[in-house]
Amino acid sequence: MTSGSTTRSAVASVGVSDRNASTVDTSTIVLGIETSCDETAAAVVMGGTDVLSSVVASQLDEHARFGGVVPEIASRAHLETLPQVVAEALERANIDVSRVDAVAATVGPGLVGALLVGVSAAKATALALDVPFVGVNHLEAHLYAALLDEPNARFPMLFVLVSGGHTLLVEMTGHDSYRVIGQTIDDAAGEAFDKVARFLGLSYPGGPAIDKAATRGKDTAIALPRAMLNDGLDVSFSGLKTAVINHVRANPHVSSDDVAASFQRAVVDVLVHKARRAASLIGANTIALGGGVAANSLLRSEMTKAGESDGIPVVLPSREMCTDNAAMIASAGWYRLRRGEVMGLDAGADPNLKLGAGQR
Amino acid sequence: MMKSTLSVTTVDDTARIARVIAAELRPRDVLLLTGDLGAGKTTFTKALCAALGITETVTSPTFNLVHEYVGGRLTVVHCDLYRLERTGELDDLALDEARRRGAVLVVEWGDLVPDAFDDALVVGFEHAAGDARTVTVSWRGSNWEARFVRLSDRLQVGTTT
Repeated sequence: MTSGSTTRSAVASVGVSDRNASTVDTSTIVLGIETSCDETAAAVVMGGTDVLSSVVASQLDEHARFGGVVPEIASRAHLETLPQVVAEALERANIDVSRVDAVAATVGPGLVGALLVGVSAAKATALALDVPFVGVNHLEAHLYAALLDEPNARFPMLFVLVSGGHTLLVEMTGHDSYRVIGQTIDDAAGEAFDKVARFLGLSYPGGPAIDKAATRGKDTAIALPRAMLNDGLDVSFSGLKTAVINHVRANPHVSSDDVAASFQRAVVDVLVHKARRAASLIGANTIALGGGVAANSLLRSEMTKAGESDGIPVVLPSREMCTDNAAMIASAGWYRLRRGEVMGLDAGADPNLKLGAGQR
Repeated sequence: MMKSTLSVTTVDDTARIARVIAAELRPRDVLLLTGDLGAGKTTFTKALCAALGITETVTSPTFNLVHEYVGGRLTVVHCDLYRLERTGELDDLALDEARRRGAVLVVEWGDLVPDAFDDALVVGFEHAAGDARTVTVSWRGSNWEARFVRLSDRLQVGTTT
């Protein structure tokens, strides 16, 4: 591929390759690699939306096996697992590695040691195959998880990213245009789910455990705060978490199911309310959800209902695409490749990468 | 070990303690924050960063493990070892590297890895009656020894204990 020489330039920043844009099309195959946190993942995606394979190896079992704190286990586990995961992704896609047109990897945000494993593997593979390396922002990739099934969703779009580490309301006027218009000022939504689940003695991860317990509980059983509901687009879940803890301490025999249901309802009320405000403010034609909390049943149904009532289509990722995976990395990589945004092989990881950073 | 114990009843008092400590901070200092969920560790960190002139929104680092804040008098690396019970990424956090760059470390749940930080100011938060909090400030190692008397005096001013 003629663009190979460009990708080996000495400039680490995002560059525009000499690759002709017309060569990136629905038959272009991107190998995606994700190692930013607990999951080691690889996927093969054609044309940005056709997921030929998606393999995710969770390290949680690995950590549990060692029974606690093991320094460096995350990067080491990524290092040990990644080659098998990539091989399996290629095998399941039923393609030879020579069919790969570009390699994309998460360059941030995340843990620097963990990120570097994926970035190094991706760059080495790109070099060996003489194809471009594309660095992907993990946060933007969560949006592309939603767009896998709805690639023609219309802009401007409100992207609601709700995960363990992030709660962001993002205005998107195009594929390469992100503006954070609201965010949590303390705890992320997924973090609140996990901490409340842990406090209630429910299983890990906390999101699915609360989702399940809530179906058995009464969501009006406990009055819980909805912070900052009519105050801008930022959200706050720290006070809600503390209110749950205080209530359970004062009422030790309260039903965990009722607590879960009341807590979940409070989180969803806030997220849906803020999303509607934000969507109206930016004149959104689409609301897209992403991140682990986007798998929550109540959030999915309430956001969809709100969209129907406001006349704005709501795009939801499939549940398996809500949590960290590499299909979304390959997909986001395809869109970046189409814009000519490839990276040099001296590009590193950026643990503090923000949404919208590194754009042209 | 010297200790200074203070009763804190409002967010404003947490902010006052954070401001006093922020004024004493030097490059490469380590602050260990201990206490249960909702005890006020992140609230304290918000106030500390604000006192250092950091304008970015300070959020909980529980899932991302490390957040770095620049733009203030000192760079603050805010990390949370809460999840290390399950995922052992202590060395992955590159905290030593951050300190070499002169960053101040603010470590939540640092007590989960007691041997990792032998020179630090320890700020403990405990739930007291109602919404009240008891904040305990102590130190370990030599780095804080000389500063602690002054810090302790300043912390005591305006408190009831």
